[in-house]
Amino acid sequence: MHELPASQSILEIILRHAEQAHAKRVTDVYLVIGQLATLMDDSIQFYWDIIAEGTPAQGARLHFKRIPAQLQCMVCFEKYSPNEEEIRCPNCDSVGVKVIAGEEFFVEAIDVE
Amino acid sequence: MTQRVSIVENILNANDRLAEENRARIDSAGVFAINIMASPGAGKTSLIEQTLPRLAGQLRVAVVDGDIATSIDADRAAAAGAGAAIQVNTGGECHLDAVMLRGALDQLDLTQFDLLIVENVGNLVCPASFKLGTHKSILVASVPEGDDKPYKYPGMYRGVDALVINKIDLLPYINFRMDYFQRGVEASTPASPPSRFPAARGKASRVGWSGW
Repeated sequence: MHELPASQSILEIILRHAEQAHAKRVTDVYLVIGQLATLMDDSIQFYWDIIAEGTPAQGARLHFKRIPAQLQCMVCFEKYSPNEEEIRCPNCDSVGVKVIAGEEFFVEAIDVE
Repeated sequence: MTQRVSIVENILNANDRLAEENRARIDSAGVFAINIMASPGAGKTSLIEQTLPRLAGQLRVAVVDGDIATSIDADRAAAAGAGAAIQVNTGGECHLDAVMLRGALDQLDLTQFDLLIVENVGNLVCPASFKLGTHKSILVASVPEGDDKPYKYPGMYRGVDALVINKIDLLPYINFRMDYFQRGVEASTPASPPSRFPAARGKASRVGWSGW
């Protein structure tokens, strides 16, 4: 959804860390994106190719790790993965749920040389 | 030689950090701040217009209005009795973010107010992703939008503390299944279900809302 500002933010983060590591070049970027974070891999890649140009991260490969959504029922504490249609608890049919995983959006690591 | 550098840094961190700064400013002035979100035309501005006179004499209220263009909303809030009404024009951006709210806070003497109402840009997607630093998030859902919105925009419904169902006087004319809508709301909303205020239902519920 906001892949351009997100891509710019990714670039800012990795260039800062690359500089701290006295690296000349960033070769790989490892991103973690939760299923519930509305960001598209293709779209990030598209912006990335444009904004990384002319920086030490030019040409760096983006790796996407997707985290499936996991919810926990606040009534019976069952943990489950929701399907698209229904996020009710499959165990007790209750609707009070907490998101435990799936909203992540962070840079996990980079490879530099 | 290739070297792995571990980072683990949130990508939308910059906005979150600024949101925390906004919160600190709001807190230190003793102000309570709410973020009102909804689709365009759901009735955010009308709700604020209806609310301001009910709070007159009890709370000093400042309103920050986010829109792509014009100062129509801030003008309406000012006319309805807001102690201050600041218009933020996002120039194309589809949501308010923490930087924009900071710009608006710079124009306000927060110590002169008790309640800060932030009216977000009309949009059911993007405002959910950008924290502002307000204390509570309120969603206005209006009946003509359709009863499927909690299912189609779960991200927006997931984060709200209170839900105002607006324009319910139109219910007889529209195929809006309240129970279907309500199930969607409950399914999207983690832990505590949001409070509900059917804003158009008459005096009692309006009092309920402004009391909240």
